[in-house]
Amino acid sequence: MNLIDRYAQRRFLRASRAAEQRVGLAGGIKWALRYVFPDHWSFLLGEIALYSFIVLVGTGIFLTLYYIPSDSLVIYHGSYPLLQGEQMSEAYRSVLNLSLSVPAGLLFRQVHHWAANVFIASIVLHLVRIFFTGAYRKPRDFNYFIGLTMLMLAILEGFAGYSLADDLLSGMGLAIAYSVAMSIPFVGAQLASLVWGGPFPGNSTFWPRLEIVHVLLIPAALAVLITLHLAMIMRQHHSQFPGPGRRERNVVGTPMWPAYALRSIGLLLAVAGVLFLLGGLVQINPIWQWGPFHPYLSENGAQPDWYIGWLIGALRLMPNWELVIAGRTVIPNPFWGGAAFPLFVFTVMFFWPALERRVTGDIRRHDLLERPRDRPMRTAVGAAFLSWVVIVFAVGSTDRIFYRLGVSYTTQIHVWRAGIWVLPLVVFFVTLSACRSLQRSGSHPLRAWQGNVVRRSADGRLEVLSDSPDRVVPPATEPPVGTVPGREFES
Amino acid sequence: MSPEDQSPVTRGAKFVGVLVALRAAARAVRGRAPGSPPPAPESDVDPSRRTVPANPRMEALVGVLLVAAAAFGFAFTVIYIVASANTQLLGIAMGGALCLLAVACIVAGKFVVPQETHVEERGPLLDEEQTEEVVTMVGEGGEGISRRALLVGAGGVAGVAVLTASAAPLASLGPTLNPLHQTPWARGVRLVDDQGRPFRAGDIHIGTFYTALPEGKDPESFGAGVLVVRLPAEFIQLPAARRDWAPDGILAYSKICPHAGCAISLYRYPTYAPTSQVPAFTCPCHYSTFLPGEGGRLVFGPAGRALPQLPLVVDGEGHLRAAAGFHEDIGPSWWGVHRAQS
Ligand code: FES
Repeated sequence: MNLIDRYAQRRFLRASRAAEQRVGLAGGIKWALRYVFPDHWSFLLGEIALYSFIVLVGTGIFLTLYYIPSDSLVIYHGSYPLLQGEQMSEAYRSVLNLSLSVPAGLLFRQVHHWAANVFIASIVLHLVRIFFTGAYRKPRDFNYFIGLTMLMLAILEGFAGYSLADDLLSGMGLAIAYSVAMSIPFVGAQLASLVWGGPFPGNSTFWPRLEIVHVLLIPAALAVLITLHLAMIMRQHHSQFPGPGRRERNVVGTPMWPAYALRSIGLLLAVAGVLFLLGGLVQINPIWQWGPFHPYLSENGAQPDWYIGWLIGALRLMPNWELVIAGRTVIPNPFWGGAAFPLFVFTVMFFWPALERRVTGDIRRHDLLERPRDRPMRTAVGAAFLSWVVIVFAVGSTDRIFYRLGVSYTTQIHVWRAGIWVLPLVVFFVTLSACRSLQRSGSHPLRAWQGNVVRRSADGRLEVLSDSPDRVVPPATEPPVGTVPGREFES
Repeated sequence: MSPEDQSPVTRGAKFVGVLVALRAAARAVRGRAPGSPPPAPESDVDPSRRTVPANPRMEALVGVLLVAAAAFGFAFTVIYIVASANTQLLGIAMGGALCLLAVACIVAGKFVVPQETHVEERGPLLDEEQTEEVVTMVGEGGEGISRRALLVGAGGVAGVAVLTASAAPLASLGPTLNPLHQTPWARGVRLVDDQGRPFRAGDIHIGTFYTALPEGKDPESFGAGVLVVRLPAEFIQLPAARRDWAPDGILAYSKICPHAGCAISLYRYPTYAPTSQVPAFTCPCHYSTFLPGEGGRLVFGPAGRALPQLPLVVDGEGHLRAAAGFHEDIGPSWWGVHRAQS
């Protein structure tokens, strides 16, 4: 150790001791520095969500400093020539000014919007990973519930965010949200009138309400839930895939300090960097092109942010059923697609762990993850359910398909009204047999191939090489002993 | 156990032994419950290792990356000062700086600092003794209380009362529901365009649609916008009660879709009679399609009601006026919505 190093070390020690005399946390810090993270790329999805949230908070603070939550009508005289003299809400004008006049304002707004899309996308992918590897089993079921709650809040948060701009597109979204709220049997109208302060488009208290929900209430709830989520992970430690030296009761991986900390900070910076490149280079939600919202105007071919797509799809796919009893509209149509459908999807996801416990009778604690193929039934049910939701999502863009490819919109809707029930069944059986054949062959799902690598000797005989894929008779990870493939759920 | 007992220790031990045996048996049964999946494969290899890369070339690479990141970072400030309206350059500078820093960190984390695989044991989460102690300690807080039921009951009632009291003011957020049945349209209100100019019957041409607002009323209210079209007589088949709602073949309908409240803004008019379909309005949100010639009947899409029609008259000066307000509620359906009599 040279002189400078020794000097630095002494200074660091002195500073640490000064801090310790006041907070006394060295034990905890030592524990944290040795905290072990199992390595697998799919574990980064949750981290990407966390880091997008950080970017959202940072850019969001910048945006709130310019936003005016007001529906007072003003005449635009700003820098954008095509809207000169237009009547618009003060809220919309403030977002226009933020985008077109505030230095770097558009950059921050676009980064914020991209970050919201990436945030929800990474939560969804994270959820898919959690589901198909069985990471929601005891003791992680509580944390799985927290995650689902955060997903719901994130979707609501994203919707509230792009509604704040009060452009034509977001106004249409709010009209639909209002109608879905109204459609809740018995209490819908009261609820919607409470939120909007009267019939749509609501009175002027609605805008401060929407803003406070978007910038304070939901973000604060998310922050609390994220803290709980992480605290619970730290208490239980990460789950891990089976592998060399890995057992149910240990965790194998890279300690936090120094390698993992550097890589994770690297991921944070990479997420932020990519979001800034997207925000700078790829236009998103150019609200000056949509124009101001008025209830009597709408725009054709409107598409919401992607995470609302499944609700649009459900509203579009639903036949025009409305339950009317004795002149009372008990179930108005938007309830099916806008409320019942997402409620059903989330209910299924919330009850899945209990349902699986009931079916398998497995109430033990699990810290080793499972490969999707090793639980064919779960994987097949999950894939079928996922495809069901994805079809509804895809139906949300049937009008774009009509516009681009000329396939009649009405035909598409009629086909999907049947396809929505047929295709998931197909997905179910295909997944089931794919899992079983992967289990038998033990090969990688994407790199799988059949055959032997052979060498021909001088006398013309063929010799199968020892590293030939089909020679590896016991697969690297065998199906658990005693499991008849695909029969785990039978009693 | 009484203190006179000859062998309290033995008996206690036996008791505990029986408990343990019972639990073990129960566990075994549960563990081997039919259908219960066996545990995932475990491995006993020791994967622990630690290597110190001592890699000066990678250190140099990290240095270069950091300097490059610094250059992009400074560039951002410069661009901000000289060309703050250039979102693309700002984005490249900031995104570039962050990405370069990210690569530097990841390279350092993988190739410069010591690489370690460490094994940590997971303790049990459930500590029976501690859990029992917690339960006992909480329970001990109620020691010596004889009217437990009274206190718990009264406490519960008080809690509910206070919660209700604090939730009740939420109701002041919203007004009554009466406005849901109201629109600005009434007998005699003139139809004007978005600049306030009144529509004349002669302004309404076949083959297109017009958006009209009520003269002198709030154009931002939900029920304000109406669609106006003129149809040739062969397309008009109104119900008997609406015979005189369409003077000169001019019809008006609420512009607000009765599905989910979007403004209807697509109009289809036959251009070639043998193949075209009859004139129809379509909502751009979920493509509910309504026939203006048949009282707003729904022919496709998810809307649960027909499009509400506004009866029209042409006044002495040739201006379009509402002959009456809407006969049903406009906008999305709800529990108390007034539907058209059919
Ligand atoms: S709002 Fe018009 S079809 Fe849904």
